[in-house]
Amino acid sequence: MESLMSILIGVFFAIGTYLILTKSLLRIILGTSIISHGVHLLIITMGGVKAGGPPLLGLGSTSFTDALPQALILTAIVINFATTAIFLVLSYRSYKVLGTDDTAQMRGNEDE
Amino acid sequence: MSLLHIMILIPFIFAIFVPLLYKLFNSRIHTGWFVLIIPVVIFIYLLRFIPGISSGEAAYQSLNWIPSFGINFDAYVDGLGLVFGLLITGIGALVILYSIYYLSKEKEALHNFYVYLLMFMGAMLGLVFSDNILVLYVFWELTSISSFLLIAYWYQREKSRYGAQKSMLITIFGGLAMLSGFIMLSMMTDTYSIREMFTQVDTITGHSLFIPAMILVLIGAFTKSAQFPFSIWLPDAMEAPTPISAYLHSATMVKAGIYLVARFTPVFGGTSEWFWLVSGIGLITLLYGSVNAVRQTDLKGLLAYSTISQLGLIMSLLGIGSAALYFGYGDEADLYAAAITAAIFHMINHSTFKGALFMVVGIVDHETGTRDIRRLGGLMTIMPITFTVAVIGAFSMAGLPPFNGFLSKEMFFASVVDVSNLTEFNMDTFGILFPIIAWVASVFTFIYSMILVFKTFRGKYKPERLEKKAHEAPIGMLISPIILASLVVIFFFFPNMIGDYLLKPSVAAVLPAIAENSIMDMYITPWHGWNTELFMTIGVIALGTLMYISLRKWAGIYRMYPQSITLNAIYNSALDKAQSWSASLTDKYMTGYIRDYIAYLFGFFILFVGGTLIVTNSISFDASNNAPVNFYEIALMVAMIVAAFTVLLAKSRLTAIISLGVLGYLVSMFFVIFRAPDLALTQLVVETVTTALFLLCFYHLPRFKEQVHKEKKGVPFKPLNLIISIGVGVVVTLFALSANGTRLFEPIAGFYEDSYKLAGAKNIVNAILVDFRGIDTMLEIFVLCIAALSVYTLVKLGLSRREK
Amino acid sequence: MKKPNDIILRGVTKVAVVIIFTFAINLFFAGHHNPGGGFIGGLAFAAALTLMFLSYDVDSVRANFPVDFKVLTAVGVLIAVLTGMGGVFFDLPFLTQAFDYFHLPIFGKTELATAVLFDIGVALAVIGTAMVIIMTISEDR
Repeated sequence: MESLMSILIGVFFAIGTYLILTKSLLRIILGTSIISHGVHLLIITMGGVKAGGPPLLGLGSTSFTDALPQALILTAIVINFATTAIFLVLSYRSYKVLGTDDTAQMRGNEDE
Repeated sequence: MSLLHIMILIPFIFAIFVPLLYKLFNSRIHTGWFVLIIPVVIFIYLLRFIPGISSGEAAYQSLNWIPSFGINFDAYVDGLGLVFGLLITGIGALVILYSIYYLSKEKEALHNFYVYLLMFMGAMLGLVFSDNILVLYVFWELTSISSFLLIAYWYQREKSRYGAQKSMLITIFGGLAMLSGFIMLSMMTDTYSIREMFTQVDTITGHSLFIPAMILVLIGAFTKSAQFPFSIWLPDAMEAPTPISAYLHSATMVKAGIYLVARFTPVFGGTSEWFWLVSGIGLITLLYGSVNAVRQTDLKGLLAYSTISQLGLIMSLLGIGSAALYFGYGDEADLYAAAITAAIFHMINHSTFKGALFMVVGIVDHETGTRDIRRLGGLMTIMPITFTVAVIGAFSMAGLPPFNGFLSKEMFFASVVDVSNLTEFNMDTFGILFPIIAWVASVFTFIYSMILVFKTFRGKYKPERLEKKAHEAPIGMLISPIILASLVVIFFFFPNMIGDYLLKPSVAAVLPAIAENSIMDMYITPWHGWNTELFMTIGVIALGTLMYISLRKWAGIYRMYPQSITLNAIYNSALDKAQSWSASLTDKYMTGYIRDYIAYLFGFFILFVGGTLIVTNSISFDASNNAPVNFYEIALMVAMIVAAFTVLLAKSRLTAIISLGVLGYLVSMFFVIFRAPDLALTQLVVETVTTALFLLCFYHLPRFKEQVHKEKKGVPFKPLNLIISIGVGVVVTLFALSANGTRLFEPIAGFYEDSYKLAGAKNIVNAILVDFRGIDTMLEIFVLCIAALSVYTLVKLGLSRREK
Repeated sequence: MKKPNDIILRGVTKVAVVIIFTFAINLFFAGHHNPGGGFIGGLAFAAALTLMFLSYDVDSVRANFPVDFKVLTAVGVLIAVLTGMGGVFFDLPFLTQAFDYFHLPIFGKTELATAVLFDIGVALAVIGTAMVIIMTISEDR
């Protein structure tokens, strides 16, 4: 399972990177989202998968999956939501102001 | 925090309040009056140390700064530091008093001026009173920075900016060299304390890093004290307001190099390298400065070169004096210790007469509107008091009695004559050069001193060439130069007053070993019989007068020296080349395309992470502990890969966004498989809201480029991008596999499994979030809050400003 | 933007929003012992509000839900910080949480924890942030 997950994460990273390297702002944002999915899966895979029951004491199981990566990812998901929102609004604003979403055309002047 | 530390820090603290005082009172009271309090108080405070110091005690206070690195803010007051401290605050007070009349409170940005000035004063005090070399370095650079700010005070002028940049580049370069020298010293001795280094001189002298450390420290000192060939920054620093030139660039900051050399004489001194470098460079600078001063037409330029020359004189005396350490103690050592006495005495004298001369030049500039010697003349009757001060200062500089310059000049001659008889350090071959260079340089010193006085104040008054109608300066402006000029005379008649209380303890600080074992009988007297020194002085006056009278006839030889190989020309072309070269280099990789920069980042990531994996040989693959795989899990993975590729290849935005949503939901299913119910729920809801967000922005963002250009089919293919992205994917996979194969530590999760007992919660994840690691969560909601505010600001406020 | 006039969507929304609100509050309080908590509860609540925005227009929702979400965010952060300060008054490290069991009339033996207060702050901040972002974008036409 872990090995397969590693490959899956690698694919996510590769696709995300390719999207980030394109010119369209929307594609770049899509790329970051995919990479962040990859990161979340990476963290939880590193914590060990299926090692025990869910980290809920109420269920009465004796061994639990590592809860720390889960807490980390929970934080990461919410932060990722905020950063995606900022990204979106930034690209939206820059499109409105500059009239393009092509990063190649957003080059500043020579003197900037 | 002792009183000593407060003394060093109080200029900085007071500087914070200067802008406030300026704002509140400047319309009525000149801000300088408030600032004046600081140096006066510190000066009086320092005076109280004199009795203790002169009887051989030293004050020491420690303050922990970064104790784990052994870096402590140790304040240490001994004779040498005290002399400098008194100069810094004494001259500082006079300069501030002078500046109150020199800088108009209506026209000038006084708050900037005094903040920089106080910053400098504090930095300088910290420099001379700190025992820790790293603290010393910090203050050293602070003086460079404040000097930069003060030179660029009239930053509207191009020349000010040029001069400021030049001084900054050269002194900071020297400072960095000095820092590396310091680090070498601390490597040799395993301490940062200067006084502890004194106890390990033998370790240092025998160490292989001795020579490099010495040269690097000397570069620091030479750049700061404008020694040849680093001297070129000082003439350009004259663009600063005259009070600053008088204070920083003649009396105090440029003497920081002298201080450094004196301070480290016990560590490095007594070796032939130190002797030759310090005295040799000093003598060259002495000659270079005085010869060049003669040809200046700007009064401040003349004084700048004269300062360079005088600093060279002091430096060479310190070099000669270091020979004393070679002899241990005895009569010979005392002979050379006298050179150190002369050095410090001349340094004090130089501060008095040069300070007075700078102020005089400032007055002339202020009252006539020019400092050009060719346009000035005949001011003697118009400005009698200024003229008197100028005569006292210039004659003292030329080494004439009855002024203090005569005493220290005679001591200088005595030292160079003595040292020429030395047989060690190859002096039997080159020793004779010392008195010759000293004498020739003194002749030129005499000439430019006369130029300064007589070309300005005698001759014909040419009002048509002046911008203003000349008149005597207001009395307030004259107070400081008069005080300095009287000191010039007083020191001549009562030299042993300083000798006993200041010179002796500072020589003891420079040559501690010798001071302990000899009486150091130094009695300074104006008259010591018809000896070599006196004949040398008489020769200087005779030849100098002759050459001054015939100046017009031989001044032409200055023009024969080609301009293209002057130090300045070399500096300028080097700077230009460096700028154009770095600009072309930067242009090569800073393309302005964000995509390229991101490609660099990913490229670096591949090289660094992949390289580390390969170099440390940590790529491993161990599938034995893997969890079993179910059929539906593989199906999920395939579905995810398909969704991801759809995002990549989608031709319309809507498809891409929806595929991304699908991907997010699939990820949340994986969280279910991985026994993470909280994550699954969160991911589910977040994905919903994010997709809504994407769709909202969807209306605004343009279509994908391929849709606009229908002729192009599919995503434009970029091989390099593909290589980079596959590289990133492979590196991450390798990294994940290797990390899985090797487990170095036991997981710490066991602690959190007690969450019911520790936090009363049965949901471990939630207990971690709100209790165990609550501060993370709190900061996280700060981040959220900031994100919300930025979005709001970007949309609402950005728009309203654009619409105006 | 075209004015969506979808009667089915609106009809469903009316019912669904109530259900989601209830579910969100349930999720929030479940958080202490079961899956849920401030983040999830807050986000679910925000999702319900988003649904309202999508099916109705911004103004009518605002009329029925007169809350300034910027203030809500700030209040959430403030509550979280103040809960953290609680520990300081008892000479404990910042953000120390306490819990105890009480016998309340209707609920019986109940656990009351300051962590729940902290979680309320988190939830409010999350709702506020999500709504500020979405409303800002949707209002900017």
